[in-house]
This record gives sequence, structure tokens and C-alpha cells, in this order.
Amino acid sequence: MRHKELTVETRIKKEGQLTQVMHRLRKNKLAMAGLYIILILIIVAILSPFIAPYDYTKMDMSLKYAKPSLKHIFGCDDLGRDIFSRLMYGSRASLSLGIIATLVSTFIGIIIGSVAGYYGGKIDNVIMRLLDVIQAIPGMLLSIAISAALGSGFINTIIALAIGGVPMTVRLLRGSIMTIRNQEYIEAAEKINATKLRIISRHILPNSIAPLIVSVTMGIGNTILMAASLSYIGLGIQPPTPEWGAMLSAGKPVIEKYPHLCIFPGLCIMVVVLAFNMLGDGLRDALDPKLKN
Amino acid sequence: MSTPLLEVKNLKKFFDTPRGKLHAVDGVSFKIEKGQTLGVVGESGCGKSTLGRTIIHLLESTEGQIIFNGEDITHINKKKRHYINENMQIVFQDPCSSLNPRRTVEETVQEPLLISKRLKSKASLQAETERLMDLVGVDRRLRLAYPHELDGGRRQRVGIARALSLSPQFIVCDEPVSALDVSIQAQVLNLLQDLQKTQGLTYMFVTHDLSVVRHISDNICVMYLGQLVETSPSKELFVSPLHPYTKALLSAIPSTDIYAKRERITLKGEITSPIDPKPGCRFAARCPYVCDKCNEPQRLEELLPNHFVSCCRAREINDL
Repeated sequence: MRHKELTVETRIKKEGQLTQVMHRLRKNKLAMAGLYIILILIIVAILSPFIAPYDYTKMDMSLKYAKPSLKHIFGCDDLGRDIFSRLMYGSRASLSLGIIATLVSTFIGIIIGSVAGYYGGKIDNVIMRLLDVIQAIPGMLLSIAISAALGSGFINTIIALAIGGVPMTVRLLRGSIMTIRNQEYIEAAEKINATKLRIISRHILPNSIAPLIVSVTMGIGNTILMAASLSYIGLGIQPPTPEWGAMLSAGKPVIEKYPHLCIFPGLCIMVVVLAFNMLGDGLRDALDPKLKN
Repeated sequence: MSTPLLEVKNLKKFFDTPRGKLHAVDGVSFKIEKGQTLGVVGESGCGKSTLGRTIIHLLESTEGQIIFNGEDITHINKKKRHYINENMQIVFQDPCSSLNPRRTVEETVQEPLLISKRLKSKASLQAETERLMDLVGVDRRLRLAYPHELDGGRRQRVGIARALSLSPQFIVCDEPVSALDVSIQAQVLNLLQDLQKTQGLTYMFVTHDLSVVRHISDNICVMYLGQLVETSPSKELFVSPLHPYTKALLSAIPSTDIYAKRERITLKGEITSPIDPKPGCRFAARCPYVCDKCNEPQRLEELLPNHFVSCCRAREINDL
């Protein structure tokens, strides 16, 4: 009992909730590693014009398929372009596409999911059947169709990638909202004249969003792969703008002879996805006040 | 006699189920005077909680009338709902699920005040929160604690503070102590009684715990499958129960007197289904005094002053 009181005492000095979450996140080494990797990659993406050793379009046919060396640490591709520099520039397209498209689809998903989960009944039925239609189309095919219809380009690619992710988010959120919906503290909130918006935003979402955070962080990795596939078939990001997935696909035909064309973009994608997953796991724990200490 | 604070007339609440209409509350009528406590007892699933929730409009009634302070509040619009919510509150059974796990004690207690916009300045809001926490006996230092860091009794106190924050006149206590330890139960019950005295509150106390209800209530309603079977002043009910079901219920209270000869009435048979029940006494299937007249609808009759029973054979059984 003495111990419990002490911990409560110390926490009274605490500040906002965000600081608290950060404090708990900081204790999780894996999550922090993930966070640092992501931060480093974002910095690299922003600063790539200044820190990249070569221009990403500079070709040198004498260096075609050059193996990694001191001058070109990751080697060169089929047109003799420096892979290391192209990866640095490529992180811009890959990261921004992955993060923005996932955030957009999550945002739309949260709105639709809250409405479906909170109101239930007919509204829920209509929404879910419409989403079933979207989900009946394979995700990749849907992205290709939208992307082909809208044309390539950054915004259009984001729309193409985001729509496919919405049903998943809605389903996940709707499920956890439905369990929270019947809790007595929601009734209590209704009883104190709280508006529906307040009930959803203050009482329901904070308690049902935890599973979503993990799915969002994992979704970013998945979206990066999707974006790569789109540029592989000529949609999405257009060459010569480098993009990790496109680089990966470009190296595929020569993977046996020159594996470094595939290894480095592949490693980059893997590291990003891993970093997001580690961060997501850590965030889920840090956001749950019950797991404190 | 002055007008009662709350009067319920022939209140019904039916739920639609795939197998038919579930009669959760079926024709319940009672009155509560200001400053008094009405205990509602009955076994699980008899509609006690539904009754409480219907009265304060957490559920909408199917039929009947609710009169609060002389005003018919059976059907309400948004504006009236605000008025009702400020005057009728509820204390829930399970303090675990009745507090938002992601909000601190302070946030939970403050929220009703914040929404009602009664207090403009931050300082007065803070002062009021502290006053409420003192009132229910939660230490001020626990202001920023989360519900899972508190014990059951404290949690329930926070729930009471939230219910009190809008200074309501009427509170439905939906089994507020059944999830607590016995020692904590006593503390919370005493708190509720003290608050009743100092704040002039009126309670409807829903419980299945007979010793608790005896301790706290002025009047008691006994429910069986959505219907009122007996209502009387609480002292009288324990001395002379008139309805066969009440007799059986009271005989289940364990006694501390080992020499007292007690006859335990054991009920046989299952509870009849509350879905589309037959007219007539719902207790008939388990009643030891069952007769042909039990198949007719029963009516509450005042057999003793203020003591109502709905049993056609009550007179006979009790030699009245």
C-alpha cells in the first residue's frame, strides 16, 4: 500500500498525456530503435539533395552493374547510376507515399468506423455492405484500377493506395467500438449531457484505438510495398524518380548475376517495415494506462 | 401528503427478441417521496435494473407514465432530456466499467460540470472538483490517478462524485455495492446515507442483497419477472411479508441466531420465461399456494396500510 501511494504521489507531478506516453515509450528499447530508424530515414529523405554523393539521374555506362566498392558503396544499376544515392532519393517517394496514404485511409476509416460502430443498426448495415463490395475486389487490383483511372502522379497514387485500406480500418475499429459501446461509462457520459461527438472522441475512440495503432504502423510497411508494385507496372511514381519498389523490380531480371541490385532496396524496405512494426508495438503498450509500470 | 418526487404509473418496457417480446418491466407503479429511499429487490433478471434505467431515460419506456416533480417526463425532447439528466443520475454497479479507464479521477468528476458550462473560470471548476472529492471522501492527492490505480471502494466513490456533480435530486443506485467487499460495502452505504441527509437526495436503490436493502430503504418493492409483487414500508416487509414469493425470498436470509427455528422455503421449478408470458400470476408455476384463480391477471391490493400485495390468495394465506 505504501508503495502504491508513493507511485501515485510521484505521478502527480506529471504533465500532459503526451509526455507520459513518451516517457513510457522511452523505456521500450525496441520501440525507440524503431523510432530512431524512422527519424533517421525521414531526415535522410529531406536532406537527400545535400547529402547524396551522386545525382540520382547521373548515368555512367562504364559502371554498368558495378559491384559495391568504396566509391559506390552499394554498387551501380543497369544504367550505371549510384544505387546508394538512388536509395536516398527513393526514400522520399516511398516514405511519403506509405505514411500519407496510410494516414489518409486511417482517417477516413476512423470516421466511417466510428459512425458504424456507434450508431449500429441500419446505418451500420449499409456501411458494412458497401465496404464488403470494396473488399471483394483484391486490394492490388483496386489500386491498379483507381490509379489507371485517375492517372499517375503523387496525389492520385495516394488516393489509389488509401481507398483499399479503408475497409480494414473500419472493420477493426467498428469491432472494438462495439465492445466499448456497451460499457457503463458510455451510458454515464450520455447521462451527463455529453454530445455524441464528445462521447465518440473522448470516451469511445481513446479506448478502442489501440489495436488500430498497430495495424496502422504495419499498414505503412504494406503500403510502401503496394506503392512499389504500382510503379513496377508503370503506374504510381514515374521514372526517373527513384522509388524502392521500382528499383527492386528493376533488379529482378538480373538477380542471379548481380544480386546487389535487389538486396539493397529490399533491405531498405525490410528495415522500414520492421522499424514501423517495432514502433507500433511499443506505442500500443505505451498508450495503455493499465500496463503502466 | 405532498406530491411525491417521482411517480411511476403502469410502466412497461418490452424488448424485441427473435423469439418474441421480452417483458422486462411489465406494469410497475410506485411513488417515492422526497428524501426517501425506495429499495427494489428481486432475483437476477427480474427487471430491477431495467426499471431504474427506464425511469431515468437511459432506456425509453414502452408504455406507462413517469412523473417527476409533478411533471410528466415519459416522452421528452432534447431540452427536457438535459433537465432530466441534471436532476436524475445513476450510480452503476460495476465501478470498473462505469469509469473511463483513460480518464483521471479529476477529468471524470469534472466532465459533467464542464459540459453544463455552469462554472466559467478554471479556478472555480477546480474548487468544485475538490469539493466533490472531499464530499465523497476521495483524497485530493488522487486527482490525477486513473481508475485502475484505485481500489473498488474509491472507484465507486468517484462514480458517486460524478453522479453528484450536477447536484441532482434523484439518484438511481443500480446495485452500487454488490461488486464490493463487505467492509467497503458498509462504508459506501454510509456515505450514500450521509449524502442523502446533507444533500436532500432521493434514492431508488436497486439490489438483490436483502440485508443491504433493509439497512438503507424506507420502502421496498419486491419484483418478480418484471412485475411488482409486493410493496411496503421496509420494516413491515421484513416482519410480515404477505406475498408467497417475498416469504421465500426473506427465508433465504442467513440468520446469526443459531437457536432460532427457521423454516427455509425452497422454491421448486424454473422461472417462467419473460418472453411473451401468459396473463396471470407469473409466480404461479413455483408457488406452493397455486390455485385456478392464479391464471387471471393479478392486481396490487392494499391489505395493510401502505402495504400492497398482488396475490389473489394473500388474505387467505396470511389470515387477514
